[in-house]
Amino acid sequence: MSLAEGVLQLVEETARREQAHRVKLVVLEIGQLASVEAEALRFCFEAVSRDSMAQGAALEIVSVPGSGWCMLCADTVPMQERYGVCPTCGSYGLTATTGMEMRVREIEIE
Amino acid sequence: MCTVCGCGAGETKIDGAHEHTHVHEDGTVHSHAHDHVHDGQHTHAHGDDHHHHEHRGAHDLDYGSGPAHAHVPGLSQARMVQIEQDILAKNNGYAMANRQHFDAHGIFALNLVSSPGSGKTTLLVKTIELLKGTVAINVVEGDQQTANDAERIRATGVQALQINTGKGCHLDGHMVGHAVQRLQPADESLFLIENVGNLVCPAAFDLGEHHKVAILSVTEGEDKQLKYPDMFAAADVMLLNKCDLLPYLEFDPDLAEANARRVNPHLTIIRVSASNGDGLRAWVRWIQSGLEAQCARRAASVDALKRRVAELERQLAEK
Repeated sequence: MSLAEGVLQLVEETARREQAHRVKLVVLEIGQLASVEAEALRFCFEAVSRDSMAQGAALEIVSVPGSGWCMLCADTVPMQERYGVCPTCGSYGLTATTGMEMRVREIEIE
Repeated sequence: MCTVCGCGAGETKIDGAHEHTHVHEDGTVHSHAHDHVHDGQHTHAHGDDHHHHEHRGAHDLDYGSGPAHAHVPGLSQARMVQIEQDILAKNNGYAMANRQHFDAHGIFALNLVSSPGSGKTTLLVKTIELLKGTVAINVVEGDQQTANDAERIRATGVQALQINTGKGCHLDGHMVGHAVQRLQPADESLFLIENVGNLVCPAAFDLGEHHKVAILSVTEGEDKQLKYPDMFAAADVMLLNKCDLLPYLEFDPDLAEANARRVNPHLTIIRVSASNGDGLRAWVRWIQSGLEAQCARRAASVDALKRRVAELERQLAEK
């Protein structure tokens, strides 16, 4: 819910600055390792955006695949889960490099 | 130049008037010039006398009034605006301000996180009893409802502020900023924040603390760190609490530690029992060394500033 409110805040600030009447579309980037449930975020965004400029706006969630740096392999490897195991060498020393994103990428306004 | 397609408008001009060609309904094609009087009506000055016509606009059609200030057939005035900002940016800003305040005053701040019922408040009470008299302590208690925890802390004699989050499941940087204003913690003191009992959301919300301390009790599962990895990854210390109950449980503390290190290889783990006091000395020593480091950092920055002022004064005196 707080994330949805954070999204709405960013969206409203931008829309107001751009003197828009209405927000039609909100594009978010959520990493696969960010532990954010897209459906829950959708539900919460609909709830918090009621009676705001973003009421009824479509929410597009772009999923960013996870990858991490393996110290032992000295290489970037794909990660399915945070704190997952390296698919090449089987070690746990992975540092996530992508897939942790929680960003508002852009909005469509009119 | 046109902002929609990049075409060079107004290139064709005949005595200040545009010339254009158009086809009438009967198929005759002709070319004519017309003046620019775009006030809703415009009149063509035709060279021949057939089809004398006039356009009178009943309504103004203004295609430049939308936010795009231009019109492209088939597209609405809607436009995309890049934001590219982190959803948590606002909270992180508040947290940063809190951390700067803590650092400027040599205050050591800890954020205690765990699931409900792990013994956070009891542990805090015991910790305060051991540290009381050596350092000034302020406590912020986060709970959905009631001021019970703050009252338990106040019973030890230290200042405590209860924050009720209502429907909220975590404290945020803004709330803690207000708490700092209210409590006005002394310089070089200890600032303890007991977060809402929840292993999920508090991990993402920075409060400006120096360390998150995760508390896991042995009455929970050994694999909680794997089920809720974010919290244990965000923490710098894990206290394994209620260790006095180990003889009665099938809990493997070594496995619990191994699982925690799987998620966070740099985690400091201390086994404690808030009820019989085991391990609390080690925990208190860890806090004290953190406090000393924080005070030393502040002294270093204050000393550095003093040296800089002395140096500048010397330079001024020489001139």
